[in-house]
Amino acid sequence: MPITVSMTVNGKAVSASVEERTLLVQYLRDHLGLTGTHVGCDTSQCGACVVHVNGRSAKSCTMLTAQAEGADVLTIEGLAKNGKLHPMQEAFRENHGLQCGFCTPGMVMSALDLVKNNPNPSESDIRHYLEGNICRCTGYHNIIKSIAAGAKAMGGR
Amino acid sequence: MVENGIGARTKRKEDARFLTGKGTYTDDINRPHQTHGVFVRSPHAHARIKKIKADKALKAPGVIAVLTGADMVADKVNSLPCGWLIHSKDGSPMVEPPHIPLAPDKARHVGDHVALVVAETRNQARDAAELVEVDYEPLKAVVRVGDADKPGAPLVHDQAKNNICYDWHLGDKAAVDEAFKKAAHVTKLDLINSRLIPNAIEPRSAIAEYDSANERYTLYTASQNPHVIRLLMGAFVLGIPEHKLRVVSPDVGGGFGSKIPHYAEEAILTWASKKVGRPIKWTAERSESFLSDTHGRDHVSHVELALDKDGKFLGLRVATKAAMGAYLSTFASAIPTYLYGTLLAGVYTTPAVYVEVKALFTHTAPVDALRGAGRPEACYLLERLVERAAWETKTDPVELRRKNVIPKSAMPYQTPVALQYDCGDFVKNLDDAAKAIGWASFANRREESKKRGMLRGIGVSHYIEACGIAPSAVVGALGGRAGLYESAEVRFHPTGSVTVFTGSHPHGQSNETTFAQIVASKLGVPIENVEIVHGDTDRVPFGMGTYGSRSIAVGGSALVKAIDKVIAKGKKIAAHQLEASEADIEFKDGVFRVAGTDKQKAIGEIALSAYVPHNFPHETTEPGLDESAFYDPKNFTFPSGCHICELEVDPDTGKVAILRFVAVDDFGNIINPMIVEGQVHGGVTHGIGQALTEACVYDAESGQLLTGSMMDYCMPKADDVPSFEVATNVVPCTHNPLGVKGCGEAGTIGSAAAVINALLSALAPLGVKEFDMPASSHRVWQAIQNASRKAAD
Repeated sequence: MPITVSMTVNGKAVSASVEERTLLVQYLRDHLGLTGTHVGCDTSQCGACVVHVNGRSAKSCTMLTAQAEGADVLTIEGLAKNGKLHPMQEAFRENHGLQCGFCTPGMVMSALDLVKNNPNPSESDIRHYLEGNICRCTGYHNIIKSIAAGAKAMGGR
Repeated sequence: MVENGIGARTKRKEDARFLTGKGTYTDDINRPHQTHGVFVRSPHAHARIKKIKADKALKAPGVIAVLTGADMVADKVNSLPCGWLIHSKDGSPMVEPPHIPLAPDKARHVGDHVALVVAETRNQARDAAELVEVDYEPLKAVVRVGDADKPGAPLVHDQAKNNICYDWHLGDKAAVDEAFKKAAHVTKLDLINSRLIPNAIEPRSAIAEYDSANERYTLYTASQNPHVIRLLMGAFVLGIPEHKLRVVSPDVGGGFGSKIPHYAEEAILTWASKKVGRPIKWTAERSESFLSDTHGRDHVSHVELALDKDGKFLGLRVATKAAMGAYLSTFASAIPTYLYGTLLAGVYTTPAVYVEVKALFTHTAPVDALRGAGRPEACYLLERLVERAAWETKTDPVELRRKNVIPKSAMPYQTPVALQYDCGDFVKNLDDAAKAIGWASFANRREESKKRGMLRGIGVSHYIEACGIAPSAVVGALGGRAGLYESAEVRFHPTGSVTVFTGSHPHGQSNETTFAQIVASKLGVPIENVEIVHGDTDRVPFGMGTYGSRSIAVGGSALVKAIDKVIAKGKKIAAHQLEASEADIEFKDGVFRVAGTDKQKAIGEIALSAYVPHNFPHETTEPGLDESAFYDPKNFTFPSGCHICELEVDPDTGKVAILRFVAVDDFGNIINPMIVEGQVHGGVTHGIGQALTEACVYDAESGQLLTGSMMDYCMPKADDVPSFEVATNVVPCTHNPLGVKGCGEAGTIGSAAAVINALLSALAPLGVKEFDMPASSHRVWQAIQNASRKAAD
């Protein structure tokens, strides 16, 4: 049975009729065309699908669209403003924190969640916090540098 | 000097789209009227397919077709080919069993393709796949490579007796036997190189469509080498000529070797798209990736090293069993032979080396390239062995290596296993790494750890690899069925911007930036005005793709050749316009100048006049400024380096913590140090993954994959690795125009042995001498318990 869902995604009100079993990531990718959020593992280890739901990071491959009814959802596409990268995106660029780019949207969204909770994270804080995000390319070295630099640039916001 | 040229730490051109979610990976693409495909896969490692009943599935909502192996046979679809013919010791060719993409008669590994269900939506196809009834007759399976050639082992293919694909050897057996007779000491080791699952974070994905108006197919596929897929699938499997088949590999989310092969899914979808008359899209679920992506490594080896009384290596003897899995994947046969056996001299002067490799079929996923492909196996084996020899002869491991390392003065150096190293400074790699980690003061640090109840260890790995594959004539002589050159086209546009079409295919390697830096350096065009196009057989002239760390060494060299042609033509045009002799025209930083004068023309002006040829040397020169080149390498390139790992083991829990990891690498000249460092970080982490956390486990009886998801297969996470200390030692390659060697795999090749040698160094005081990867806490703890039990006996 299709159901109707309504929510705010990247500041825009959206509404659609979807199959009940539709995952949030499928809704974002297939219905809204927001393909920056990726599916890497289906079992919530890799974190390529991380978005923010009501200000908290969530794995959109492990959440039904219906669970986001009425929620405020932020995806990687909603970060840059007026063509200017968010300081965390800029820090990833500046520090070569990405290679193939597939895990990157989830990494950036997780990084922002970390900084929200811990504005000045240490290297060990960052490494520990990323336990739900896997990168196969960078060996994490430059992701850690990127997040530390991004946190600094955000000034504890 | 141009900005952002060769050597600059230029920020990446590709980042803006990836960071804003605007990358285009295959699964991000949707085609008009597309359908969705889901594969029915075998739940058995080995079973006869007696009957497939699809009537229920066909009646399910949205279902368009259910296709099986019988349909493929009826359409005379051919087998997936193997790209490299290896001959056995006795001169016979390897056994190449048929591999029809949809299994027509038997399933040979869990996850083997049995049927394709096509439906309007992915969920409908998935639901209907559950309704396809396959009547299997389960048969006994052989799973472990060590068991595959035992008498009575179940056969994977009837034509491969004792499951042997080939029984290959390399080197001078008599000379090695002689060396062992003279030995003062022989070190012996049995080693397992664990089977790994690549796990690029982007799952494989493909969309196939058939355009009946033009009788033309298009395949979008997450591949490292779209032209190779077009050639293999078009010419060998489906009989589609090149001009009727376009293969597009857009942004690809990591490959690590697993996206080199031509896969069954690509051929099945392309074939089915014509039958269905609509585009078909398929994206692997991660569980399918685990079951059907090619795996890596899976060697069992016995190895012996002969030393004289002074510790000089006299001879090396290696016997390896290498798994091929259930079918021969595209490059599978070349990996444990020409990318492994040929590397067994390592960085050492060992005068006699003999290696035997038995390649065996097992009822498991096919094995093919995985980051390093053969070379990590060679390095791991050699460096474990050398470390063991040092321990047995009570010699400092760095000292034993220094004693046996090929000196810089011996270059070029012909090894006893076919390769000729053109250059390298292995002693400096070793010395620099030992100095960086503080080798001499390790004992103090070990003491400090001991006071805290921790066991500290240090381990060296001194590697060389052969990449930039490869000279086509050499490859052909060794059984390679393709050339391994690369192509580039430089299209200089009328108003001064440049598009480069390259057959290299980046999927994390940053070619869009480094290739643009080469253009900036050589042609003086700002990188903002340079676009690098790749991954589309309709746009790029030809290509052999990206693997074996070949992009910069082979693709970059092709680019330089094409640039040189642009400059040569520009000189002709400039000479005409400046009324000078062509021989007097110099080109530097984007300007053609009459030598010794101030008469000059910027390359942009020359480009414009090439397309608006009013004042132009029409007698000798054609209009336009668009040049192509193919580059066939003269030799392999030989990156080398030394990795040293320092770690601590908690003896109560077996938990291993890597404290420091130093890598000193020689990649020849470096185009962008930032990118090279990133490749090393990632490569080292992949090797640390094998050493500490990763292992593919099949149930030895049933052949069920026990590590079939990221919940069971543990890839390194951010807190499993330290920040790395990396440095380079530049010895330019002598035979390509950029002096480059390649850097993508080195980290993985060197690192695993450094970690395990460090682990054994930490555990040595407890009497632990043997250890096979991975060093999970449980396995380390168990090794400690076993050793203490033995000591108590």
